[in-house]
Amino acid sequence: MADAFDSEAGSLGASPDEVQFRFRDDEVADHGTVTVDAALDQTNATAVRIEPGDDARLLLPFLDRLALIEINFPSFADGRGYSAARILREAGYAGELRAVGDVGVDQLSHMRRCGFDAFAPDTQLDEADAERAFATWENVYQRAADARATIAEKRHEA
Amino acid sequence: MYQYDQYDQAMVDARVAEFRDQARRRLDGSLSEDQFKPLRLMNGLYLQLHAYMLRVAIPYGTLNSRQMTALADIADKYDRGYGHFTTRQNIQYNWIKLEDAADILADLAKVEMHAIQTSGNCIRNISSDHFAGAAADEIADPRPVAELLRQWSSFHPEFTYLPRKFKICVIASEADRAAMRLHDIGIQLIEKDGELGGRIFVGGGMGRTPMIAPEIRSFARMDVLVSYIEACLRVYNRYGRRDNKYKARIKILVHELGAEEYTRQVEEEFAHMLDVGVEPPRAELARISAYFAAPPFTDGPKTVDRSDPDFALWVDRNTHRHKHDSYVSAVISLKPVGGIPGDATGEQMRVMARLAKRYSFDEIRIMHTQNVVLPHVKIEDLPALWSELDEAGLAAPNMDTIEDMIACPGLDYCSLANARSIPLAQRISERFDASGKTGELGELKLKISGCINACGHHHAGHIGILGVDRKGVENYQLSLGGSEAEDVSLAKITGPGFTEDGVIEAVDKVTDVYLAKREGDERFLDTYRRIGMEPFKEALYG
Repeated sequence: MADAFDSEAGSLGASPDEVQFRFRDDEVADHGTVTVDAALDQTNATAVRIEPGDDARLLLPFLDRLALIEINFPSFADGRGYSAARILREAGYAGELRAVGDVGVDQLSHMRRCGFDAFAPDTQLDEADAERAFATWENVYQRAADARATIAEKRHEA
Repeated sequence: MYQYDQYDQAMVDARVAEFRDQARRRLDGSLSEDQFKPLRLMNGLYLQLHAYMLRVAIPYGTLNSRQMTALADIADKYDRGYGHFTTRQNIQYNWIKLEDAADILADLAKVEMHAIQTSGNCIRNISSDHFAGAAADEIADPRPVAELLRQWSSFHPEFTYLPRKFKICVIASEADRAAMRLHDIGIQLIEKDGELGGRIFVGGGMGRTPMIAPEIRSFARMDVLVSYIEACLRVYNRYGRRDNKYKARIKILVHELGAEEYTRQVEEEFAHMLDVGVEPPRAELARISAYFAAPPFTDGPKTVDRSDPDFALWVDRNTHRHKHDSYVSAVISLKPVGGIPGDATGEQMRVMARLAKRYSFDEIRIMHTQNVVLPHVKIEDLPALWSELDEAGLAAPNMDTIEDMIACPGLDYCSLANARSIPLAQRISERFDASGKTGELGELKLKISGCINACGHHHAGHIGILGVDRKGVENYQLSLGGSEAEDVSLAKITGPGFTEDGVIEAVDKVTDVYLAKREGDERFLDTYRRIGMEPFKEALYG
């Protein structure tokens, strides 16, 4: 996994809707996204945008052909996108998972744990604040999409 | 009881550092109040009518004397010399300055305490039976499971922005002393074929739409319990309504989908969770359980000299049967006649801490009824304990009587309230104490909420009072027949509301109806259930 702060990719975004933080080494997917409904009809779509009311599970049969999934947060307070992200990662989705919309510094660490590897906040975030935020938890209590060993697992390591 | 290891301590310390930085940015103006609000709420800091209010978590209501002393110090140093114990077994301070908040959190962290997730739309403090580890009727101590869930739910990345707040309760006896089925998730530990597991109820709650949680699984084995709860949360988070704050609790989802369909989806998600592997290692529950090993009880006298009638009354009302027959659990009432329910001064907290150390293996519990328990008191120590409590004004002999009422902070503190609760509670306890009726009425649970959010549990009161605003005037609705116990039921409104004076009269009248109609050793609730609402209505409005 690339470190967003060691590479150019770490500060790509200069305007809203552009990726500001990215933790991937591959090329940025610049395909235009389509809605979930459209993706179900268009067998050639490679980029999809999930809105809070969409059921991410509908995409599971098509994950192989998708290179980018954006999950929109119209409000940071609507947390449905966190479940959508984990559901996609748990099903084996390996493409870019991008959080877009009302994404703030204080959401970054949780989003990262749920499997997001790219962030395009509506409002540019302070780079230093964001770097601190991504590193908030040295250890974690629960399993999530990032496959980090939990505190409980570390306690019982042989 | 549980002790932090370096991991637990690091998590809490990290949160203190993070909050100190956020508070600094707010105070220097780089964060607006709008930006700061969700951050402070995740640390239990509310902006109330007169000042900031800080709610400190007391996980499953268990603490030791060192922690209670730290709570006393905070009351004296940062507040006005007192704190308020809540129905979520927590404590809140009503007169906090923003400048002090980070220092308070740092003081708490030194004694393994915090204010994490005591507000906001996340998984809140896990509650439990206040007699856990002591009660004669429990099949296991529910606190290790509550601690396992505390850790699992702390900073859960998927469930920090839920549709609404989320409350989980764990008990381990048929008797329900924790309002388990009025929680978003209620877990009753049971044994099946010699194996421990949980019976799972989902979708209960109070608020403006009270509901009793239906059972959605009769048994989830202990080694898959976290996976099952995670599945329950995920189905809720996927669906839960965000368009209407008042329909966002899981009870509405379960009600609208139907318990059967909700259960079907949880089971599907649960099967998936087992594949994903989210369950903590089995050894973790064993590690936690070791901290809750029973203290070294010793045999002693099973009876005590009851020649002092005041002492005898306190023993009869305020002690509870213990699993060891030389001990009892002793309830310290925070409902002195005319007092503010749930309030304790810093000095009283220090007294309770000292007594816990001397008489109760250093253990203290907070009850959801806003009282304090010394869980393991030797029967032979009761006279000494009682006289020290009496001296500190902490020996009110009124547990489960009409004087032992739950009341929310109401319009005296809360920015959501429509009416005052505290003065009403004070006047009712004074009246019943003066008339001497308290004893005659026996077990009678009176619960008062100052608004429809029902923090005072009025739906679950044998008698409930709800304060509303009627054209700018405080008005009180009376309801009867609720229970939060194993015979759980929701109270029904009697009819038109009353003024403050009027509702006090009304409470008096319904208790008179009970005294006139009761048969045998019926409680108020039993008589109400037998004779129905009519005779009470007749007395009130006839």
